[in-house]
Amino acid sequence: MAILLLAEHDNASLSELTARALTAARRIGGDIDILVAGQGARAAAESAAALADIRRVLLVEGDTLAHGLAEPLADLVVSLAGDYDALVAPATTTGKNVFPRVAALLDVMQVSDVVEVVSADTFKRPIYAGNAIQTVQATDPKIVLTVRTAGFAPARTGASAPIETLPPTAASQLSSIRENRIVKSERPDLGAAKIVVSGGRALGSEERFRETIIPVADKLGAAVGASRAAVDAGYAPNDWQVGQTGKIVAPDLYVAVGISGAIQHLAGMKDAKVIVAINKDEDAPIFQVADYGLVGDLFELVPELQRQL
Amino acid sequence: MKVLVPVKRVVDPNVKIRVKAGGEGVELANVKMSMNPFCEIAVEEAIRLKEKGKASEVVVVSVGPAQAQETLRTGLAMGADRAILVNVEGAVEPLAVAKVLKGVVEAEAADLVILGKQAIDDDCNQTGQMLAALLGWSQATFASKIELGDGKAVVEREVDGGLQSIEVTLPTVVTADLRLNEPRFASLPNIMKAKKKPLEEKSAADYGVSVAPRLKVLATEEPGTRKAGIKVASPAELIDKLRNEARVI
Ligand SMILES: Cc1cc2nc3c(=O)[nH]c(=O)nc-3n(C[C@H](O)[C@H](O)[C@H](O)COP(=O)(O)OP(=O)(O)OC[C@H]3O[C@@H](n4cnc5c(N)ncnc54)[C@H](O)[C@@H]3O)c2cc1C
Ligand SMILES: Nc1ncnc2c1ncn2[C@@H]1O[C@H](COP(=O)(O)O)[C@@H](O)[C@H]1O
Repeated sequence: MAILLLAEHDNASLSELTARALTAARRIGGDIDILVAGQGARAAAESAAALADIRRVLLVEGDTLAHGLAEPLADLVVSLAGDYDALVAPATTTGKNVFPRVAALLDVMQVSDVVEVVSADTFKRPIYAGNAIQTVQATDPKIVLTVRTAGFAPARTGASAPIETLPPTAASQLSSIRENRIVKSERPDLGAAKIVVSGGRALGSEERFRETIIPVADKLGAAVGASRAAVDAGYAPNDWQVGQTGKIVAPDLYVAVGISGAIQHLAGMKDAKVIVAINKDEDAPIFQVADYGLVGDLFELVPELQRQL
Repeated sequence: MKVLVPVKRVVDPNVKIRVKAGGEGVELANVKMSMNPFCEIAVEEAIRLKEKGKASEVVVVSVGPAQAQETLRTGLAMGADRAILVNVEGAVEPLAVAKVLKGVVEAEAADLVILGKQAIDDDCNQTGQMLAALLGWSQATFASKIELGDGKAVVEREVDGGLQSIEVTLPTVVTADLRLNEPRFASLPNIMKAKKKPLEEKSAADYGVSVAPRLKVLATEEPGTRKAGIKVASPAELIDKLRNEARVI
């Protein structure tokens, strides 16, 4: 069995989600190569080479690979696929964009959002916003998976696998980048943070969201999340959305502030170890999954919480 | 420009689904069904393109059982011109749906396909990308803004770190994210009018596609459930519990 794992990175650095997806890949069993496709991505490749128990890193650089565009990246993965029995990517927006394209080009049905590797060809995945878990067995000659990284611990580092440089495939002209508005923050990454503090519609405005949620998140060293309602209303940026169609998180501690607990929101956070809910409605559904509930006005409770921490 | 919008009939997003006893899948009998919310957004976007004079015709298409006619009628009531039902019983995987859709795109000579980014039943998030691959077209997934130009489109995408704007050559496949638009409700007169709009029925075989599944579903289970915990009286008590009981801070 040989497995190709698509690295998640921004050229300069490797995302921790790669190390988490590696843990899932390892449960399939076999030799694992990590593909770092990018431009000026040597640093990311070196971090990947430090991950334990991999065979090698494949580094492929080219202009069209700089931003993970789907068409050239899928063409590259397909050109390498012949040597592998399984292709694995973290279920990030890049993995979700590129891998179904790869799967279709290989005439394979992808298994999306794997949360458990049962055996080399059998996987568990959530359906209906996580309200049911399906066990599926893949019958295609190759396996194509995206992995929901929140549930897998990062693989260890400290090794030094060889880095092999390969030429890029012919550049696809189908798409190009106009602009990236990626916000670099000092805050821990939402998908990998140990503590997440999320705000909902109750925050009322972007200003109040920032004034109320950010200071307490800073005190806790937490990442900041939001409900869809808060994002739709413009209180928080789109990439903070936690839920069925946003980010899936599984931190040690999740604090839901002014969030009602719709099933689509719960889908993104109910695997947190400990859940705290702060809500003025004592019957809010969020309390049905919260380990600790604080009933009252968040604009009084959250600042007080922050002062006492 | 002809725009094709694939729409899926799914369990209504407000329904709390139940797993059948014995792991036999999810209870679908007597459950309220609706158009997948992301497909509504896709239909809305196509209709707006037509209203702006950028699209000549909007065709909605569904791969599913006879009841998916209702879903197609919803699309017609929103403003689509025609509908195509590709009759298939039972669950169809995204790869098979994409193959059928490829056949429809070619038969219709469509230039733009707008899909939802994700069906809220299977949560696969695959069909649009697969369709683009099979057609050899460009793709713009998770769109929050679409601007059609000459032979190209500029699409703003919701990505993990923020937003990304890409330019894609036409023809193209776009998948709609939540913030692309707010879908309209169909008015009663439009619902009546929709009943008279053309709805054509096809089969997967008409497009030479086998819909045999590639994934074998071995079991469907309830997820682990959480129990409600306790209410604490104050932030101070909360901090104490988090430090000394849960030990997470
Ligand atoms: C297809 C689809 C996909 C979706 N995907 C997602 C997703 O990924 N993520 C997501 O979050 N949602 C998603 N949703 C939306 C979801 O259904 C809910 O509408 C949303 O989560 C509600 O956000 P909220 O809890 O912030 O707002 P509300 O439901 O309005 O809740 C606000 C809460 O704040 C409380 N409150 C008000 N004022 C105060 C105060 N002063 N102090 C304390 N508490 C207060 C209220 O009691 C209430 O419980 C999706 C919906 C659909 C249809
Ligand atoms: N059976 C189907 N019929 C028509 N369109 C579909 C079907 N299944 C999926 N789609 C389209 O593909 C999108 C993504 O679905 P999925 O890949 O299953 O998450 C949906 O929002 C629809 O636009």
